[in-house]
Amino acid sequence: MSLVELGATALLAELEAGRVSSVEAVRAYLERIDRYDGEIGAFLRVDRDGALAKAEEVDRRRRAGQAVGRLGGLPVAVKDILCARGELTTCGSRMLANFRPPYDATVVSRLQAADAVLIGRTNLDEFAMGGSTENSAFQKTRNPWDLERIPGGSSGGAAACVAADMAPLSIGTDTGGSIRQPAALCGITGLKPTYGRVSRFGLVAFASSLDQVGPLARDAQDTALLLEVIAGHDPRDSTSVDRPVPPYHQLVRQPLKGLSIGLVREHYAAGLEPEVEAAVREAARVFQSLGATVKEVSMPHSKYGVAAYYIIAPSEASSNLARYDGVHYGYRTDEQAMLAELAAEQALYQSAGTSAAEPDSPLVRLYRRTRSEGFGPEVKRRIMLGTYALSAGYYDAYYLKALKVRRLIRQDFDQAFAQVDMVAGPVTTAPAFKLGEKVNDPLAMYLVDLYTVSANLSGIAGLAFPCGFSRGLPIGLQLQGPPFAEERLLAACYMYQQVTDWHLRRPSLS
Amino acid sequence: MSLTREEVEKVSLLGRLRLTEEELALMTAQLGQIVEYVQLLSELNTDDVEPMAHAVELSNVFRDDVLVASYDRAEMLANAPRSDGECYLVPAVLGE
Repeated sequence: MSLVELGATALLAELEAGRVSSVEAVRAYLERIDRYDGEIGAFLRVDRDGALAKAEEVDRRRRAGQAVGRLGGLPVAVKDILCARGELTTCGSRMLANFRPPYDATVVSRLQAADAVLIGRTNLDEFAMGGSTENSAFQKTRNPWDLERIPGGSSGGAAACVAADMAPLSIGTDTGGSIRQPAALCGITGLKPTYGRVSRFGLVAFASSLDQVGPLARDAQDTALLLEVIAGHDPRDSTSVDRPVPPYHQLVRQPLKGLSIGLVREHYAAGLEPEVEAAVREAARVFQSLGATVKEVSMPHSKYGVAAYYIIAPSEASSNLARYDGVHYGYRTDEQAMLAELAAEQALYQSAGTSAAEPDSPLVRLYRRTRSEGFGPEVKRRIMLGTYALSAGYYDAYYLKALKVRRLIRQDFDQAFAQVDMVAGPVTTAPAFKLGEKVNDPLAMYLVDLYTVSANLSGIAGLAFPCGFSRGLPIGLQLQGPPFAEERLLAACYMYQQVTDWHLRRPSLS
Repeated sequence: MSLTREEVEKVSLLGRLRLTEEELALMTAQLGQIVEYVQLLSELNTDDVEPMAHAVELSNVFRDDVLVASYDRAEMLANAPRSDGECYLVPAVLGE
């Protein structure tokens, strides 16, 4: 068996036993990237030299019998939206094509302190806005199971690199499904932790009340290992929750007794592909065979999730993205061209009088040109939508209304969790769609998020992992649990993965 | 309810964007479609529902009132498109 097929937990055991060196492991992954990433496009940048240097250092310490961190020498890929001091952090945007943050995100510091080998930066939809990774300003990422199809998004690169064995562990972010949906479409395991479980410090903000950083890996055990390293309180993120971090990697193997799982009646409405529904129901039967009780629960407000989300997330985004002004950092329009354009408009305005529009002030025009040139279409659409929803006269009808519906959605979960430990359901209505299929239909793209946005609106934990295939494409199962139920979700997933082999299937790459 | 081109143009100024004629037309149609979809929420009666701005309802998270080093100015300015080493530079704001 080649090193890249081991997965993180098994590879770590080899490293710790001294049977494999971190340099050997990193070389194996780098070779894999050289061979396949030209086609797949999961990585924006690979840090070959930095990764090998770190691996050598970890090997040296381990050989000398010195302390080595929790991930001692394991490669980890990081979504290109978490700041790393002095290193490019682009968010998949022209706006930040040359941005080098002056500090590290807490998750990045934690990975470094755990002696992870940061192997490269993965592709994403611009500012994490999208569900197909087609909104990256730099490149397309392809699904390793079918190169004509999208890997999901926004953490498309993060999921594709694990699915293609180009990294054993990967960091993503999830604002409305951006870890779970690509994990499902690429046939891997991905967790959106409870809001506040993982620090957001140094995560470039999209929608601050919804954003959460989380792990992607091959199975429950590897996911638990990475969560254990990144979770925990951070005084620099005031929304991070001060609560002990359980030993997830150890707890994941403890079988759950008396587990009760809810199937949400409203999930099985029109639009869900029969093969996906069949796979989800079969997964529920597998849980039953493991001793779980399965019962139907109702979440009557689930159908309002997408509508509430596409008011709240763009509203927060329009406010967060106001910082891209062409002044403090990032892209700036050509100032001379901008002033010449304004001078021409001024002349026209003076000769034509009121029939022409009054030109902007130079500063306002600087902002507008900078932002129009620096942002791609989807980011502009969200800024427009959010600005509209928050503008005078519409605030109550849209933003306030959405916040009220948000509470109703959370109450649905609370009521469900009073009856069952967790709810199981689909991640998406269908397997991965084709590149280009939805790019001209933003609403159709938003509706893909149907089953995932509610966890973000409610702040609860959600875990996606493979539960079947349809025409050669992976189907994902989602388990959602109450706040801080990560160890139970992971343990349930581990139980499932002990008796099924969907998570062991690999795409055949040529 | 659909949006007019004029409304969309006004929102683009508020959002500090500048759209071409083509983008304006497309944005008017697409935003109209999305806004129409989110009207779905209006069928719910939410009169007695408290808005939920945040999933973790924490308030007043303070740190200890001690001096800590701030970021280095040169390092912060290193990402600025234009600076004079002390300040960010912008086009003239006040008239000539």
